[in-house]
Amino acid sequence: MTESKGFNRVATVILAVLVVITLMPVALIIIASLTEESALVRNGYSYFPESWSLDAYYYMVKQGAVIVRAYGVSFFVTVVGTVVSVLLTTMLAYPMSRKAFKYRNALTFFVFFTMLFNGGIVPSYIMWTRFFHIKNTIWALLLPNYLVTAFNVILVKNYYTNSIPDSLIEAAQIDGANEFTIFSKIMLPLAVPTVATISLFTGLCYWNDWTNGLYYVDNEKYYSIQLLLIKIMNNIQALKSNSTAALLGTGQVELPGTSVRMAMAFIGIVPILIIYPFVQKYLIRGVVVGAVKG
Amino acid sequence: MVKTKKKKSGFKKNLPFLLIALPGVLYILINNYIPMFGVFLAFKDYNFMKGIFGSDWCGFANFKFLFSTNAAWIMTRNTILYNLAFIVLGTIAAIFVAVLMCELGERLRVKFFQAALLLPNLLSWVVIGFVAYAFLNADTGFINKTILAGLGISPVSWYTYKDAWPAILIIVYLWKNMGYQSIIYMSAIAGIDKSLYEAAALDGATKIQQIFKVTLPMLRSTITILTLMSIGRIFFSDFGLFYQVPQNSGALYDVTQTIDTYVYRGLMELNDVGMSAAAGLYQSVVGFILVLVANGIVRKVDADNALF
Repeated sequence: MTESKGFNRVATVILAVLVVITLMPVALIIIASLTEESALVRNGYSYFPESWSLDAYYYMVKQGAVIVRAYGVSFFVTVVGTVVSVLLTTMLAYPMSRKAFKYRNALTFFVFFTMLFNGGIVPSYIMWTRFFHIKNTIWALLLPNYLVTAFNVILVKNYYTNSIPDSLIEAAQIDGANEFTIFSKIMLPLAVPTVATISLFTGLCYWNDWTNGLYYVDNEKYYSIQLLLIKIMNNIQALKSNSTAALLGTGQVELPGTSVRMAMAFIGIVPILIIYPFVQKYLIRGVVVGAVKG
Repeated sequence: MVKTKKKKSGFKKNLPFLLIALPGVLYILINNYIPMFGVFLAFKDYNFMKGIFGSDWCGFANFKFLFSTNAAWIMTRNTILYNLAFIVLGTIAAIFVAVLMCELGERLRVKFFQAALLLPNLLSWVVIGFVAYAFLNADTGFINKTILAGLGISPVSWYTYKDAWPAILIIVYLWKNMGYQSIIYMSAIAGIDKSLYEAAALDGATKIQQIFKVTLPMLRSTITILTLMSIGRIFFSDFGLFYQVPQNSGALYDVTQTIDTYVYRGLMELNDVGMSAAAGLYQSVVGFILVLVANGIVRKVDADNALF
């Protein structure tokens, strides 16, 4: 569009207002987590608390074990899930992109069809619990749903097809490279931009996932941070149970029930906030590429 | 003899490809295809002790029962109406933001705005449930304690007040998805030929006229395609939005129950496997037909953008 100073200014103002509105809810969580409990009970969650306090965070440090463990579970699942997912996805996409592979269309259809039809959650729940017995194991958080998705496979396949010239592969073949070498030495390294995008999507997906936990985990040992948040929302007891007596014994610490919930929610998004500035570029590219040809 | 040799070498040539694809194929086979064959559960009177193969067949009894109550009607109505509202309002909001963003050009400001608007999309529904709770809870919520108290209105018990929820869910949806969708439209606008605007400006078109006479008409095919794709998904709802944001409040089921929450509750809370499977199959089959129809129309409109 051609430049227009006045319109430009109006656009900036409107967008700035939208940005403030968008960020306000997140800000409320952060401020609420820093509000003193008594002020919170009196005035509710507020942007301008009567008195500030770090009690919610002290409380969480004291209750460390449960939270640290849930954090650990979330990190483990995110890292392992993402690495395995990227490996399986890029491997599956490779033959789909090679004209020399006789069954590439059949394979593409096999993957693609899962985007059109699914058996629903009930058969899948029964399969995972009754045949694979993943309930209350770490597998429950890793295996169902996210490891290989048609969306990611097709994203990588399109990248291979459109961005890596056939001549490169032919040259490697003349040098005597076999398919495994071509995949690991040429295709995978050249696919880095797409790998970055699908790693991000998959990593976010695993970090934010709570449905696998909801369906397959009720043992505290395998609570992810998201699942812990659900349990806390349902009942602050989940956190309190192991040391209520100790706290009440000292008789001086008021349980920061309402602010601690918000502090928990905040530490659940801290890792995302930390990496966000560095990965924004890849995320946005992924959104664009994914929407055009998912 | 010659023929078998050729076949063998053909297989040998394809073998490395098959081996590379194998782990992914196995996973999709297990995760996606086996459950597809499990849809027969919808026709069984599931008994935990007898297992899935031992349970008795019951024909269409699960479906008959499902559609004899008004549960099927309510969840179908909610799923479709919410999706329609999301499609219409979501598209308008996204285009609105995208047009303004593109107006600013390639400035640092745009990067910041984009990042801020995309942020809610990166939060899990659980965290968003907490955010909503900070606003809506009866005793300490921001709305009751600050806004309504400031206006002298008595507090409202939001998690039992049905009438408010269509609006709440739509606002939360827009908040989470506006930034994401606007990125898609921004890339579409960036692809519009600049000379069209120059020509329009020469003819004396104002900014607003340029938007309505150039930008929007040029976006028509993108809008059509994205809308059709969404219509293909109209039978599926975002489980997190309808489960986490209302905090699973029973008083709200009338306006928050969608097919996905029904299936979850049937399976995990009521242990009614047959009924839940029936609702799931109903969703899968109608959803499948809708995707095919939507894609067929997209192919007619613009073959390049069809899924298949």
